[in-house]
Amino acid sequence: MSRRAVVRDAVGIGVATGAFGLSYGAIAVASGLSVLQTCALSVLMFTGASQFAMVGVVGAGGGALASAATAVLLGTRNALYGLQLSALLRARGPRRLLASQLVIDESAAMAVAQDDPPRARLGFWATGVAVFVLWNLGTVVGAVGADLLEDPSRFGLDVAGPAAFVALLSPRLRDVPAWTVAMVAALVAVVAVPFVSAGVPVLLAAVVAAVVALVGRRGGASDGGRDDECGDGVDVPQEAR
Amino acid sequence: MPSTTLWIAVLAGSLGCYGIKLAGLSVPDRVLEDPRVRRIAAMLPIALLAALIAVQTVADGTALGVDARVAGVGVAIVAVLLRAPFLVVVLAAMATTALLRL
Repeated sequence: MSRRAVVRDAVGIGVATGAFGLSYGAIAVASGLSVLQTCALSVLMFTGASQFAMVGVVGAGGGALASAATAVLLGTRNALYGLQLSALLRARGPRRLLASQLVIDESAAMAVAQDDPPRARLGFWATGVAVFVLWNLGTVVGAVGADLLEDPSRFGLDVAGPAAFVALLSPRLRDVPAWTVAMVAALVAVVAVPFVSAGVPVLLAAVVAAVVALVGRRGGASDGGRDDECGDGVDVPQEAR
Repeated sequence: MPSTTLWIAVLAGSLGCYGIKLAGLSVPDRVLEDPRVRRIAAMLPIALLAALIAVQTVADGTALGVDARVAGVGVAIVAVLLRAPFLVVVLAAMATTALLRL
């Protein structure tokens, strides 16, 4: 892929993410965050699924600890991307601190898809910056727009979160262990709802699923591969995969 | 949740997410190459997303119930199976739920 094609794809991914940011901004405000808090999450947390999750727990009446913990746990996959990227980026000092914030599904996917390290670095930085700018822009527009709505549930905004999660989850359900973990987690969470405070069922499900993942495939080498971990529901152009 | 508490959650969650990203770029390879660590990191998002879908579809605080959200999420699943783009999935789900509430 030429350097221009890399940048073009990066901008394309950024635009798709901007549209995704619109729905995040609207959902966050409908869940009870202020416009400023909604935007702060996009700047500071900057990892879509974690932001949706945190907002979902807050909207359901969950506590501060449960909402932050859910967001952080959902962000664990970014550590795996960093592991794959550190050799490619060779970022040290302040550059590493900056690069860290840009480690997300899309930038990792674009970097590892390139043929040589210089293009991998270009893919990472171009995609990271494009997504950061357009994700934040989308967030502001979505948040301010939702603020103008009087009753968000009349427009079905409360179902936008779970619908977005369906789109984020489906590419990861590639094999039987993944389906098993998903089903067990959903069941545990629903059964727990009447007995614990909001937000806790999801954390409980994560703990149970982690145990299932360990026991079910002791020594199993499959970790899903790159494609499973990438694509935060955004349409990454085919050539970027 | 009071605004101050919410701010603490926003900042703590953001700090945690940043720490995880930084750790990935900084931690010696062998720690994250442990198959158990990799397996859990790959499975956690699946478990959390599945649990979030389930809870946000049928829970209202600490009560369980079936309402127009179930139809919306059902439509989202069909849209994903038909390989619809992300925004179409979300908008189809919202439209379904909104229409049922008219």
